[in-house]
Amino acid sequence: MRRGEIVTAFILAALSIYMMWKSTELDIGYATGVGPGGGSWPFWLSAVMLICTGCIAYNWARRSSPPSQSDEPVLDAEGLRMLIQVGGGIIGFVGLTSIISIYGAMALFLFYYVRILGRHSLALSLAITLLTPTIFFFFFEGLMRITLPKGLSFTDPFFNVLYDLIY
Amino acid sequence: MEILGLLSDGLLLALQPINVGMILIGVTIGLFIGAMPGLGSVNGVAILLPITFLVPPESAIIFLAAIYYGAMYGGAISSITLGIPGASTAVATTFDGRPLALQGRASLALVTAALASFVGGTISVILFTLFAPLLASVALSFGPPEIFALMLLAFATFVGLGGDDIPKTVLSICLGLVLASVGFDEISGEPRLVFFDISGFLHGINFLVLAIGVYGIGEMMWTIDTTRGKITTTESRMTLRGAIADAGEFLRRAWRGTAIGSSLGFFVGILPAAGATPGSLMSYGVAKMLARDGNEYGKGHPDGVAAPEAANNSASTGSMLPMLTLGIPGSPTTAILLGGMVIWGLTPGPRLFTDQPEFVWGLIGSFYISNFFALVINLSFIPLFIWMLRMPFTILAPMIFVLSIVGGSAATKDMHDVWLIVIFGLAAFFLRKFDYPLAPAVLAIVLGPIAEPTLRQSLLLSSGDPMIFLNRPIAGPITVIAIILIFMPLLKMVRNRMRQQSEKTA
Repeated sequence: MRRGEIVTAFILAALSIYMMWKSTELDIGYATGVGPGGGSWPFWLSAVMLICTGCIAYNWARRSSPPSQSDEPVLDAEGLRMLIQVGGGIIGFVGLTSIISIYGAMALFLFYYVRILGRHSLALSLAITLLTPTIFFFFFEGLMRITLPKGLSFTDPFFNVLYDLIY
Repeated sequence: MEILGLLSDGLLLALQPINVGMILIGVTIGLFIGAMPGLGSVNGVAILLPITFLVPPESAIIFLAAIYYGAMYGGAISSITLGIPGASTAVATTFDGRPLALQGRASLALVTAALASFVGGTISVILFTLFAPLLASVALSFGPPEIFALMLLAFATFVGLGGDDIPKTVLSICLGLVLASVGFDEISGEPRLVFFDISGFLHGINFLVLAIGVYGIGEMMWTIDTTRGKITTTESRMTLRGAIADAGEFLRRAWRGTAIGSSLGFFVGILPAAGATPGSLMSYGVAKMLARDGNEYGKGHPDGVAAPEAANNSASTGSMLPMLTLGIPGSPTTAILLGGMVIWGLTPGPRLFTDQPEFVWGLIGSFYISNFFALVINLSFIPLFIWMLRMPFTILAPMIFVLSIVGGSAATKDMHDVWLIVIFGLAAFFLRKFDYPLAPAVLAIVLGPIAEPTLRQSLLLSSGDPMIFLNRPIAGPITVIAIILIFMPLLKMVRNRMRQQSEKTA
């Protein structure tokens, strides 16, 4: 945790410097009759962020914050496995949305989570995998008239059948 | 008398079939969300806000407010039966609720929590009805310096009273404000902070993207990591006769905590950024301090359940007061509600009472009705909620992730924003590990679009002189209080050091 805290502070300091630099694309000063320039608000806020990261680093050096006193790992083996399995699953879900539609990606994600990570029965996994996207489809596309990503064109014939049921 | 007339109109509006339906669904969902460990009202409201665009704005906010209410009731269920607070607002309920459950008196704890919540909710709604129009009429005279001073006060409250690491809290606030400024500069019309020149940032960062990322993805991953899915329930059987006997015991042994929680919770809830969690913890502490049998607290005293439960319900209503009258959220949940109101085309603040009286009084009317239904549904379906709590986390968690991604996609209709939700979620997971408070960032991204223009307008009014925030009769005191709150942790630190030094020398 101790090393993790200072690494996080450095990342946030780098982000603050980047945002300060990015803010200077607009005026960061004060112009009479016009008021503060467009970049001044984010610039000075980012500057305060940078100062805060300095304070966090100072507290870290003094070991005054709880994470700076902890010798525990940020993620133990089980935590790291959770992060890869769950975080990776979510990234896969969003990544597949542009290819096989949000409904197809949702079905795959649910099957992966319920069956593979949760180790539930095949019947329950399939029921959740098939029912959830179906309910979501008719709720969003039918009831709320909100169109969600359908992926690449090869999914069109499948969705045309479903649209025929709605309209 | 005028208030009574407006309130009766509001009650009639809230009793329309669509709104009663929204209240029933909202309270039920809220009870479940509140009861689930790792989920609180803020998660429910953030994840479900995108699906409210189907109904009129007044029904949408009634639905979300009902979720808020229901979640306050529901938090007690898991605190008592699982020993894990359903939400941070129910942490103090665990102190005495869990020991009661372990003594086989879960029924008494659950009935006490429900009744105290009802009393707290009802008293706070009455106080709200009396105070809201008064505050709104005063706030009508507010100009940009007063509004910016209030924003400053909201952020200062997080710094002074939040109890978190100060540099991390300030960093979180600034990060939220900077993220709110991404997109186009309103004055020059030029692109601003378009990170890595990715065009998706040109339309700015919707507050929902951050809220869903933090509360839908980050917090769920945090819960999975910390609990490792090992959650066990305490068996609790409830009968009608037993519940009546428990209600009698509530009246005898829990009235003091209920009274303290109801009043204290409301006033703590009004404080910008304070919300229900500090309200419930403070009420527990005060009730214990004032009790003759204070040493019984923590061992299963009904008063120890009643005080925080009455307080968190009361504070949830209290936190709506600054949101509706001043346009400043009193809690992270009301920050998201405020953002929702802006999406629906409503401008929260004092003018809402004069421009949209039907909306405001319909919402106030719905508080009374939600409170009643929350009590009835809570008491009737406690066994069902406990059964549902046994649902494996490996089924519930993917459902929440799916709701977050789909809700974010439906609200923003942009895959760039969906990726941002994931990035914010993962970042929130790690930041939380290092004790970075994230509620201030969510509050700031909501308030940023109000704070920046009011600062600019104020400085234009004064030709760049920042003293405008100190020498106006209303803005001045508010700014001074905000400055005191910002420096309070520093003063405390200096005082503690001086005390330590004097102890050493002694």
